[in-house]
Amino acid sequence: MIRFIFADQLHKFPKLRDTMFQDRALQFKTRLNWAVHVDENGFEMDQYDAMNPLYVIWEMPDGRHGGSMRLMPTTGRCMINEHFGELLTDGPVNSPLIWESTRFCLSPHAKPRTANALMLAGGEFMKGCGVKQYVGVFDQRMIRIYRMIGASPKLLGQTGQGSDFIGIGLWSYDAQLHERVSKIAGISLEQSLEWFEQSFGADPQFAMVG
Amino acid sequence: MVYHWVNSKGASLGVGTYSDIWRNRYLDLGYVRVDPVVLGCSQQMHPADWKTLDWSSKAARAFLQDALEHGVGNQGLSVPIRGPLGQYGLFTVNHRCSDDEWADFIETHRADLIVLSHILNTKVIALEGEAKTQSRTALSPRETESLTLLAIGYSRAQVAQTMQISEHTLRAYIESARLKLGASNTIHAIASALTQGIILI
Repeated sequence: MIRFIFADQLHKFPKLRDTMFQDRALQFKTRLNWAVHVDENGFEMDQYDAMNPLYVIWEMPDGRHGGSMRLMPTTGRCMINEHFGELLTDGPVNSPLIWESTRFCLSPHAKPRTANALMLAGGEFMKGCGVKQYVGVFDQRMIRIYRMIGASPKLLGQTGQGSDFIGIGLWSYDAQLHERVSKIAGISLEQSLEWFEQSFGADPQFAMVG
Repeated sequence: MVYHWVNSKGASLGVGTYSDIWRNRYLDLGYVRVDPVVLGCSQQMHPADWKTLDWSSKAARAFLQDALEHGVGNQGLSVPIRGPLGQYGLFTVNHRCSDDEWADFIETHRADLIVLSHILNTKVIALEGEAKTQSRTALSPRETESLTLLAIGYSRAQVAQTMQISEHTLRAYIESARLKLGASNTIHAIASALTQGIILI
């Protein structure tokens, strides 16, 4: 299932949290050899993880991390502008309607179409919170994945070739696209909305009485 | 409507359309420590409908009752705002109507409200003179120390030893200083910290 969790709520899901940061280490350090920091627990974490970002996480039936991405608004400090500014030929991205999506990560044990579920959840968050676009950094292997998911970004900037390729992409929300991503993912729009509501909807237990 | 902003120096300012009586009551009774809107939104980044917040505590229920009696509407949407210097704020619209009417209103105007809160905030930052380019580069004491020692010619090992930290931790300090300075490498970071007078040797 999909969970939307802000960093300050991650402690409620210790297994999910730990396996996510371990899978990130495995993907970004071990497999991609990016210059990321892995701490003594084997967690890949950076300064943006300390800024209370929102994680969109696929939780596997055993409670472990299947895949995830990290979302933050571009109006505050964010990775795109601070790390990849030189690739943004039109200047920094700064809009309350554009969030950045980073650290798109899949567990080696992830079931097929986990990436699809994450993309669908990303769309659900846009729909539910009024975000219009995501900006994100991706490597070459993701180009094919995005195409399979049915949501290829518009390329804003790029550098390097082959395995050194890094691109900055822009994804826009569109109801038809959301539906297509849902179809390819094999997850109904109702299910997707239900996951969103579980994280962001009204909880009857905490209801307002007015 | 209420807008509340805390700038990078921790000073706060606000403006709103609630009655003076309610505003004073809110401040006098210290409702800021009870208000589920403040508690629920200060850590978040996405616009939150008041109905999705936690109103379960006795204090929160009493607060809501009091607010309603003082003319605050039963519907609200609060948009958290983040600034590039770590500032934060909250922009709230409030109304009295049915759930369906409110849902329609939010669906239609959510993006406009987000943009509006951002524009208002940008204006406040400009009026405050807290421009984005300024003081972005406030380094922490440890970051300043790392760069200073490197600038006077210490090797990384010597810096780490002097500061009694691991080279690993040192790397983290240098990296965060580099990011804050918008520099592309360590040498660039030291050079720009020197030109800006952030480190002195």
